[in-house]
Amino acid sequence: MHSNRYCNRIIVLPFSVLLEIRVKPDNSGVVTDGVKHSMNPFCEIAVEEAVKLKEKKLIKEVVAVSCGPQQSQETIRTALAMGADRGIHVEVAGKDYETLGPLQVSKIMAALAKKEDAQLIILGKQAIDDDCNQTGQMTAALLDWPQGTFASEVSLDGDKVKVVREIDGGLETIKISTPAVLTADLRLNTPRYATLPNIMKAKKKKIANVKPADLGVDLTSRLEVLKVEEPPQRQAGVKVETVEDLVGKLKETGRI
Amino acid sequence: MALRSAVTRLLSSSQKCAAVTVSRAQGTAAATVKGATEIINLFNTYKEVAFNWRDALDLEGQLTEEEIMIRDSFRDYCQEKLMPRILMANRHEHFHREIVSEMGELGVLGPTIKGYGCAGTSYVAYGLIAREVERVDSGYRSVMSVQSSLVMHPINAYGTEAQKEKYLPRLARGEILGCFGLTEPNHGSDPSSMETRAKYNPSSGTFSISGAKTWITNSPVADIAVVWARCEDGRVRGFILERGMKGFATPKIEGKFSLRASATGMILMDEVEVPEENLLPNVSGLGGPFGCLNNARYGIAWGALGAAEFCFHAARQYTLDRIQFGVPLARNQLMQKKMADMLTEITIGLQSCLALGRLIDEKKAAPEMISMLKRNSCGKALDIARQARDMLGGNGIADEYHIIRHVMNLEAVNTYEGTHDIHALILGRAITGLQSFTVEK
Repeated sequence: MHSNRYCNRIIVLPFSVLLEIRVKPDNSGVVTDGVKHSMNPFCEIAVEEAVKLKEKKLIKEVVAVSCGPQQSQETIRTALAMGADRGIHVEVAGKDYETLGPLQVSKIMAALAKKEDAQLIILGKQAIDDDCNQTGQMTAALLDWPQGTFASEVSLDGDKVKVVREIDGGLETIKISTPAVLTADLRLNTPRYATLPNIMKAKKKKIANVKPADLGVDLTSRLEVLKVEEPPQRQAGVKVETVEDLVGKLKETGRI
Repeated sequence: MALRSAVTRLLSSSQKCAAVTVSRAQGTAAATVKGATEIINLFNTYKEVAFNWRDALDLEGQLTEEEIMIRDSFRDYCQEKLMPRILMANRHEHFHREIVSEMGELGVLGPTIKGYGCAGTSYVAYGLIAREVERVDSGYRSVMSVQSSLVMHPINAYGTEAQKEKYLPRLARGEILGCFGLTEPNHGSDPSSMETRAKYNPSSGTFSISGAKTWITNSPVADIAVVWARCEDGRVRGFILERGMKGFATPKIEGKFSLRASATGMILMDEVEVPEENLLPNVSGLGGPFGCLNNARYGIAWGALGAAEFCFHAARQYTLDRIQFGVPLARNQLMQKKMADMLTEITIGLQSCLALGRLIDEKKAAPEMISMLKRNSCGKALDIARQARDMLGGNGIADEYHIIRHVMNLEAVNTYEGTHDIHALILGRAITGLQSFTVEK
């Protein structure tokens, strides 16, 4: 009986990703000015899982956290409309936002997890714009918490979490103690459409504003982006008449 | 599947990024002309604002964050869950009753009603919802309009508290489906001459209702019907009839070539005994049904433009893809002129609908405004759909390309809820003070 009530608070980290990728003319990065963001699909799955756990009455509160400029609030609102209880917007803008990467985010998450006394952190496994797949793992390391990554199934069992992970060899089932970090993979669930009543309720839910400095987090990046370029244009192929020609061409270009 | 649908959502909303750019830049454009250099500066300022053919007058920037979220969430549902069904539903004239329950779950039925399990949102949001569902099919939007504006609205506006508690939550969830019985076989544009009669029986505390209604969306599968009948005192009143009442029959209308994805039929009443608790007591006279119709017509004004937008976008893509005489069809002047006309009418139409929605939300709207926009949106949408069909050539008559389905549907949409001509007479009366509905003075 009491075991069902152990988990009190989950933090989800919905991240927004760029909808349109264009490389900047000076090859220093990707254009972010005026480009619309939307919630990362894996993060949608993470938010859905957290809300599901709350609906099963296994946890009491879902807090949605997002790091970024003003427009990150839209992403938090979407999470609130899906069923999160309150939001925290960690303000990161301008140059800091351009260099914001998994290391900085995981430091922020670690600080917040301690401050909010969370039992579970659920994130999307990776963002579809940078494909890093690092934040969840780094956060767990900083907190020294167990991690269940690439989760395709999550079940709470007292103070333990059973996670079925999607790995190259198939499926791996592990049991980890809470507090823990989980990252959501594609087949974990199908995110719900935000219903009208929930979208309207989301307006009244609180979003707290926090600065990284307040959490004692240093945002300086350890990475320097040297160059960003588009993949090379696909070149036309060449047709040859005979097999001998083909072998000749292959030798010519040093392939064989 | 979740990722693909989520990524589809992301990709399909890429048009929003350009709109955001436009709305940001427009905020900085301040034009004062004070000489040649100023004129050049003026042109330079406008050069920073990119024209977005998908949202030419930045409707997006005029919506609240909540309205945008509602629209986006519902658009995703319509494109992911309704679009895949519509081709076969329309071809085989099959009504998917499940969509009513699905829409109920999303909270989009009776969205403007406060309480009783309804969302209580703005009329602009209702319009945006109608536009998204009609982008898929007018038949689906008709089902939604009937449930929201023609069944839930009269119960909410004219019913007793007991009736509201009994019916509204279940209608909102899509658990029960309703229909609206006003039109008769011999009385369409002229409802005041209706022949359906309601006779009160004091001994049993019931009304006996007899008559026939036709062209009733949802009736063959409806659980309840809001029927309008003339009482003995000469006043028209509304009654809630329920399936299972003796003498109540709803045959389906066969051979329909419009709104095929929605079920349409008659309501035949042969001395149906309706308990007096089922009378809607707070209205009498034709103001009752007309109040409901105005509510629905507002949604249709938005909706028809959604259908027009689909046809415009589809025709644009087709003419860009199809090569004839060595160039895309879109390279031709005749094609571009047609698309320019479509863009203009849709953009202007949407702005007018937004203005009307805001007026309704402020309770500053007159019925003639709604007549004007229902008429405009439907007439223009029908033209746009027909033009788009033509631009697709032979492929335009195949239902796989969807446009012909919109052409068929918009014929009904242009006709129901007040024909194009009838709304003209409503406006003519408002303009001149002289009615031209009847031959007498």
